Amino acid sequence: MREVAIVSYAQTPMRRDAGANNDVEMLMGTLQEALSNVGMTQKDIDFTCSGSCDYLGGAAFAFVSAVDALGAVPPIAESHVEMDAAWALYEAWLKIQCGKADTALIYGFGKSSHCALPDMLCLQLDPYAMQPLWPDSISLAALQANALLQSGKYTERDLAEVVANSRRNAKGNPKAQLKGDYTVEQLLKEPTFVSPLRKHDCCPISDGASVLIMTTREKAEKLCKRPAFITGIDHRIDAHGLGMRDLTVSTSTRIAGEKAGVHKGKVDIAELYAPFSHQELILRDALGLDPAKTKINPSGGALAGHVFMACGLDRIGAVATSIMNGEASRGVAHATSGPCLQQNLVAVLEG
Amino acid sequence: MSDEKTMVEGFEAPISLHYTFAAGHAISKFLRSMKEGKIVGQRSPATGKVIVPPRGSCPESGKPTTEEVELGDTGTVITFTVVHIPIPNNPVKPPFIVANICLDGADQTFIHLVSDCNNDDVKIGTRVKAVWKDKAEWDYSMDNIKYFKPLDEAPVDIEKLKASRLKEVGKYRHA
Repeated sequence: MREVAIVSYAQTPMRRDAGANNDVEMLMGTLQEALSNVGMTQKDIDFTCSGSCDYLGGAAFAFVSAVDALGAVPPIAESHVEMDAAWALYEAWLKIQCGKADTALIYGFGKSSHCALPDMLCLQLDPYAMQPLWPDSISLAALQANALLQSGKYTERDLAEVVANSRRNAKGNPKAQLKGDYTVEQLLKEPTFVSPLRKHDCCPISDGASVLIMTTREKAEKLCKRPAFITGIDHRIDAHGLGMRDLTVSTSTRIAGEKAGVHKGKVDIAELYAPFSHQELILRDALGLDPAKTKINPSGGALAGHVFMACGLDRIGAVATSIMNGEASRGVAHATSGPCLQQNLVAVLEG
Repeated sequence: MSDEKTMVEGFEAPISLHYTFAAGHAISKFLRSMKEGKIVGQRSPATGKVIVPPRGSCPESGKPTTEEVELGDTGTVITFTVVHIPIPNNPVKPPFIVANICLDGADQTFIHLVSDCNNDDVKIGTRVKAVWKDKAEWDYSMDNIKYFKPLDEAPVDIEKLKASRLKEVGKYRHA
């Protein structure tokens, strides 16, 4: 295995609406920032890979236009996944493992303000028996939350604690959309939105873009004082039909975590892509993380800002940044895709 | 195989999603100019080339473009095709010409119709001029130009045109 490390990560502020900016305009500055952090230009990149969703903009092949931000003349080696950019990072990691590239740039972007995201997400469901019923993403998450509460494993108070922690942690994150001091009692007084979920249990809808650069050990050590090495990465998927699995656990996260080697060492921090508060609890259990020993979502996580299609890459970027800054030595990043934590990726990063 | 006879081969599941759309700063400016009957491109700071319609970035360098360049409505056919099949719901009747047109002073082509001519007379290098809709009908649209009509000028050698443009844009290169 080739040793691969993250050397640069840049992110736009997460905002409810990026206004008149199009995808390219949203991306350009962040791309230049990620490159200039390590004194690179596009010519230093062997492979570029992105994650985005054409349904967000409602235009076929919308992702191709984002290439205009790259400086892709003469033509570059480039690829795209119609998934969160965490999976674009996985593709780039494989490319480096195969010896086809040394340095890769990964970007993810999403402008969810264009559409009604919870409705649009129906289009990822089984098109014959499920999608025609239009069960939106919040309603599906609420089914899962109710199953979790009824199982007796957690209470509504536990969900509110996840939210209070997220908002408090996000105070230290200048890119976060939602932050502040809230007590559990205060949150529990709020009315339910889609029961048992309250509005604050659901991630906000955000516009933004993120860019990450990774490279081999030899190059990383020249570019960065404390590169964040990817020492384990794995992704797994649960059954497509929501009725075919126990919604109160995440088996795919558990297996991905084991394969990535989460417990081969101490876990200082974990960034978990939980778009809904109860999902953070499911993920914590699936990865066997103890909040007394591991700081969970120090950035605030998805509840503090959720750029759909970049949020998973942002989890990896947040852990990498903590390692590069010397705030953590070893961390776990998680990304999810699909309804109710259907598909999950786990990466272990070490300084 | 009675099962095959009763197989469900299709059903209706309509999808309706509402979108708002942000064209972006660069294209919004371009469309606002079009409503005034003006074609405004942007110059790349890296290559000096004029991009029209502009997208806010120079695709060759990834650098933002800000300098605006007002262009005329004459240009050259870089390539074209004669379409013999109708476009559904389109008033243009075949055979019609779809051409890749480079406006004078620009370095990127865009696609538009060439009409009001004998199709056989159109060549690569044919000089054309925009035929606009009535001013009252102008909107934020490329469609304000109905089509391009060949000019009574000799066709140009497009290789020579490209070479002279490359020489010209060199003057504007900053990066």
